[in-house]
Amino acid sequence: MHETTSLLIELGAVLLALGILGRIAGRVGFSPIPLYLLAGLAFGHGGLLPLDASEEFVATGAEIGVILLLLLLGLEYTAADLVGTLKTQYLSGIVDFLLNALPGAAIALLLGMGPVAAVALAGVTWISSSGVIAKVVGDLGRLGNRETPVVLGILVLEDLSMAVYLPILTALLAGVGFAGGSITLLISLGTVSIVLFVALRYGRLISRAVSSDNPEMLLLVVLGLTLLVAGIAARLQVSAAVGAFLVGIALSGEVAKGARNLLSPLRDLFAAVFFVFFGLSTDPADIPPVLGIALALAVFTALTKIATGWYAARKAGVKPAGRWRAGGTLVARGEFSIVIAGLAVGVEPRLGPLATAYVLILVILGPITARYTEPAVRKLKSLRTPPADPPAAERLESPASTTT
Amino acid sequence: MDQQAHPTRTTLPGIGTRYDLTTEGGKHVSVVVHTDGRRFLGFHDPEDDDNCRDSVPLHPGEAAALSQLLLPSPTDALPTAIEIDLVTEQIQITARSPYAGRTLGDTQARSRTGASIVAVLRRTGATPSPTPDFRFATGDTLVVVGTREGVDAVSNLITAG
Repeated sequence: MHETTSLLIELGAVLLALGILGRIAGRVGFSPIPLYLLAGLAFGHGGLLPLDASEEFVATGAEIGVILLLLLLGLEYTAADLVGTLKTQYLSGIVDFLLNALPGAAIALLLGMGPVAAVALAGVTWISSSGVIAKVVGDLGRLGNRETPVVLGILVLEDLSMAVYLPILTALLAGVGFAGGSITLLISLGTVSIVLFVALRYGRLISRAVSSDNPEMLLLVVLGLTLLVAGIAARLQVSAAVGAFLVGIALSGEVAKGARNLLSPLRDLFAAVFFVFFGLSTDPADIPPVLGIALALAVFTALTKIATGWYAARKAGVKPAGRWRAGGTLVARGEFSIVIAGLAVGVEPRLGPLATAYVLILVILGPITARYTEPAVRKLKSLRTPPADPPAAERLESPASTTT
Repeated sequence: MDQQAHPTRTTLPGIGTRYDLTTEGGKHVSVVVHTDGRRFLGFHDPEDDDNCRDSVPLHPGEAAALSQLLLPSPTDALPTAIEIDLVTEQIQITARSPYAGRTLGDTQARSRTGASIVAVLRRTGATPSPTPDFRFATGDTLVVVGTREGVDAVSNLITAG
């Protein structure tokens, strides 16, 4: 009984603090993610207020948070969206991977973290934050812009890549060798293809089976189905998050809409718990030693993202100004970098603090680059003679990074 | 002038759909239909056509009001000598309606009110010009055309019997 009461008190205090922080973030117009992370850092081991009674509950909540994050992401997309984007933008997706995943891997290898941690850090620097970017694009009134479909397309491809990447990472973390990893790769590619195919062909039937006009039943059915599939996926060594993502993709139309409305508040709650949990498991004292590396990595991968957006927009026939806007918009990293780091934290203790610092920097820098990259480039161009060829991304270093 | 323009359509994955229209005057406007029901009206910058100079977020109610203002009403084309004020309304059959599960003929709507039920919308599709033996179900939306009084009378009939 005593255990339960202290759990209630701790959990209540944490959630209340998050709510207040979230309101402050809303007032400033910031994503609450960095604040949640900071709150976790403040409460956790080596922080101001160690929590112990609620640790187990928070850990479970964090699991559910990741699952709901991915489920809602899957609900956002229809299978047709995914396949269509894959057809038109696969080249940009590959460029995105090469430019942004490889620096992360290289840094991990340079720091002697080993190959598995390198795969994890590659994911951390590769995946932009769909949540932050979708919000920023809306806030800046750019939904009607020509480069916006390109930006969203990149996000879709990254999220789809996660469905293949996460199982591989999980397998590598579980200690299977390279051969085992390749088998997992084939299995996960197969699973994703089958789910996409089924969703395209029979999505309406699946949705009709799940559909219910009673919100309560819909909530229970969708949540139950998702947790069940996620659990089975985790049991099969494919990651739980991917199972949830695929459930989200398989549901479409009315059901997806209803489930989105019902589950969004739940997702917000548990995702907040997840970010706090990640902060809790990181000791603030570990951050200063990796801060320099995190900053260098953040600046470098901000530039590579800008280059990625520039390239993808150019391929789609967008004019130069729009290309820079697309690049600046893609910079923000967020929830997925933390999800990936959270999975891999057991392999390499430095990964947690590094990812925390990295995401904190970029989740704050991202909206700024989204807003100011293009004006900064325009200013630079008016200062010098306009070059005939696209300038290298390094030219941006001064305006983009002095704003931090 | 009279033919309808065709906006181009772009899918925005995870956000919704965008429709672009360039007017005869060379202005470019776009409408983004968000999956959460909001609409964004975008006015493009003539200097940099890829960019929205201004965008107006509209809630569903605001979008509906604006669309009514923009919609060229079919009655405008009628000669004004004939004083005719036709209105079109959509009336929902709720679970409480006495006509849920009964047929169109049962309502005797036209003889009682003078307004006509010209179509029935369901989630599965629309039925234009329903016959008197058409059976209503809860959740159907009736499209009613008639005078203001007639349509209001149908609305009362359907909701309260």
